[in-house]
Amino acid sequence: MRRSRITLAAALAAALAAAPHAAAQGTSAPPSTDAAAMARARADSMRHPWTEADARFMTNMIGHHAQAIVMANLVPTHSTSNAMKILAGRIINAQRDEIVTMQTWLRDRGRPVPQVDPAGATTMSMAGHEGMAGHDHHALMPGMLTPEQLQELERAQGTEFDKLFLRYMIQHHTGATQMVSELFSSYGAGQDETVFKFASDVNVDQTTEIARMQRMLVDLLFGEPSP
Amino acid sequence: MPLRFRPRRAAPAAALLALALAAGTAGAQQPNQPDPRIGLRAGKFDAGVAAWNMRLISNSPSPERFAESTNSDLAFIRNYAIQGNYNGWQIWDISNAARPVLKTSYFCPASQSDVSVYRNLLFISGEGLSGRLDCGGQGVQDTVSRDRLRGLRIFDITDIEHPRHVGSVQTCRGSHTHTVLVDPKDAANVYVYISGSAGVRSPNELPGCVRAANDPNSALFRIEVIKVPLAHPEQAAIVSSPRIFNDLAAPPVHGETSADVAEGAREAAAARARGEFTVTIQGVERVAPGQFVRPLLDSIMKARGGTTQTAADSNALRASLQGIVDRMVGANQSQRTGPTQCHDITVYPAIGLAGGACGGYGLLLDIRDPAHPVRLAAVADSNFSYWHSATFNNDGTKILFSDEWGGGGQAKCRATDPRQWGADAIFTLSGGRQMNFQSYYKMPAAQTSAENCVAHNGSLLPIPGRDVMVQAWYQGGLSIFDWTDAAHPREIAFFDRGPVDSTRIAGGGSWSAYWYNGVIVSSEISRGLDIFELTPSAHISQNEIDAAKTVRLDYLNTQGQPKFVWPASFALAKAYADQLERSRGLSAAQLESVRGALTRAESASGAARRTALNALATRVTGYAAGSSDAAKVRTLAGAIRDLARS
Repeated sequence: MRRSRITLAAALAAALAAAPHAAAQGTSAPPSTDAAAMARARADSMRHPWTEADARFMTNMIGHHAQAIVMANLVPTHSTSNAMKILAGRIINAQRDEIVTMQTWLRDRGRPVPQVDPAGATTMSMAGHEGMAGHDHHALMPGMLTPEQLQELERAQGTEFDKLFLRYMIQHHTGATQMVSELFSSYGAGQDETVFKFASDVNVDQTTEIARMQRMLVDLLFGEPSP
Repeated sequence: MPLRFRPRRAAPAAALLALALAAGTAGAQQPNQPDPRIGLRAGKFDAGVAAWNMRLISNSPSPERFAESTNSDLAFIRNYAIQGNYNGWQIWDISNAARPVLKTSYFCPASQSDVSVYRNLLFISGEGLSGRLDCGGQGVQDTVSRDRLRGLRIFDITDIEHPRHVGSVQTCRGSHTHTVLVDPKDAANVYVYISGSAGVRSPNELPGCVRAANDPNSALFRIEVIKVPLAHPEQAAIVSSPRIFNDLAAPPVHGETSADVAEGAREAAAARARGEFTVTIQGVERVAPGQFVRPLLDSIMKARGGTTQTAADSNALRASLQGIVDRMVGANQSQRTGPTQCHDITVYPAIGLAGGACGGYGLLLDIRDPAHPVRLAAVADSNFSYWHSATFNNDGTKILFSDEWGGGGQAKCRATDPRQWGADAIFTLSGGRQMNFQSYYKMPAAQTSAENCVAHNGSLLPIPGRDVMVQAWYQGGLSIFDWTDAAHPREIAFFDRGPVDSTRIAGGGSWSAYWYNGVIVSSEISRGLDIFELTPSAHISQNEIDAAKTVRLDYLNTQGQPKFVWPASFALAKAYADQLERSRGLSAAQLESVRGALTRAESASGAARRTALNALATRVTGYAAGSSDAAKVRTLAGAIRDLARS
């Protein structure tokens, strides 16, 4: 069955329009008071204590994901390609959900939880410590765009934007897979069930997506617009 | 295909009523509107429930050491259901589906404890970094350790209440899932295909494991095949590591046929022979167009201070073009590309084929030589994120792949999530080796953002003459759908509970839902073991359910797909008659006559029954010519003739 491009585009537009609202919901959730969930996290951690490397990964990947969303949010206004809009919709949907997973994991373990503002900047707050001053979390993780690269992307339009976006998102995803490799080569890391599954999923999903983006980029370089 | 969840169109009431009366069945054509799955109350054991055309017979919570851990996949042998859990595994006696009895719970932590069974042997997957050879629960902290188990554990369950750990086979990437392949030609061994895409172990932990993608011995880009001698399971070992992804050219996305791809490859080779510029991207040779090549040639010419292009300029570009394009797309051609592993492989030995769900691809494999599977075809799909598993229809003329978008821990069935994402994709098989996209199927009721939901494990139901499948959608519940018409799959039954927790995604829902000997068994991640039965409806008649129950299996590993064979029975003939009523393949008068004759034959015996059935079979054969569903009429005639012989 052939899908209708019109309905697909409409659905994506709706999904993207709903994005800021959902992002705000996801990032401003109050500290969990769910005693059962906290108890379960404690029980998990007693069996397989999480390490500093696990917590660092879950913390840093939030900022990494936040930048991917900032990049993908440019697509509706900077690109005219349907394939690009599907790709961006998918990245936004996936990575926004994953940020909630990471924030929940950190909160359940009483760790500082990076909050993401709509511009993609992350600030730290301590779960349960209302009003605690956060600090900007600007360290660039592997593959992240520099402020200059981000501005370059913001200035581009049309096919030039598409090419640059794909190149930078390939770089960005490649960095995420490096972060997973670093995690799993750290002592005691990945014993926690959630961290192991989450990091493995990030690795597989983004590796698959890199291959897809490379094919799209070659199509653009050779002047064949993706369907 | 609609992208958003929206209310189904209700069938005209009169037609619905006529159908229900004519079929003599209870149950509605459509579930109540709005969809009763929407807005269910949250709770672990007191959640709201919605069911349509199926019924929960029993729910058995997991025992204490397993209750707070994750239940995973299922396997079946005789009257037992074996349920994996991240803390080990459980064996339930399901002789009485209303009261399963826990026979064994074996503590032996590993993710994700995928289970299979063959005769007296139980196989369990271990993938995570915390699994231990000694089944201890303390994890493994060292990055390199002799205590770690990543691979396959083997138990002897001859005495179901006293299992014996007989061996373990370590693999480079561990085992996320595995598939037991019973070779019809080899009675002494079974084969186990290991799947999983987690990281490669250090060679210091398991000698021979190579992480580098560009090393010819890389543990990436291959699957492992373990041979298990049935008489000596402790001697199980890896016998081959087939590189089924080698030279995997980017497969066609739907709308493009593999003939198109082959034609593209021929064109590129011809262009190269003519002296045009080509580059290879992910295994596919592409012609670099003039507008891409000209500026590059120009700059080479200018760099040497020239004003006209020479053959030397062309040669220089020919030598460097691949590297230039690779840099542009962030690729490294010295590295292999393509999927590095499969998530799951479903083997169907009766037809010699397997479906592999591997990274961004769905593969069709020839498995007639079990240790050396060969790739026949590959498909990709722009809407698919991560190919998870495969199911053939019973005839082997279709294959369904599922996409576990988000890995199973995310809520991907919200009203805002597109219907093509995290769904099933259905393909027809033509010429035995070509897969043709037909449609997507996704459980159609919008779920909350607190319910992890995406396509997951399911199995065929042995409804004769139809392709019907039950599938687990985690907290999206169970969905039973008919994909006989591959282009128009539709839901015909469901079961769903409200979220485990209304405020956040708490692990829960159905990991796997499989039909086994008359019931549907579901592994509920946090709520234990659920058993269901079908209830008759306009979509599945009582006769079809009865016929399905005549198919008895000695054991079932769903990823080792059995071929259903229906013994001759009155239920089978009546089921086909019901289907002919549904398809209007026989007139009301013909149906009344057939059903009457079947009922009379059923109460007769011996020669009288035989004679009556043979006469009926001849009469039904005569109906075929005038029927719009002649093939089914002949199937009915055949079923009646078989009944006469039985």
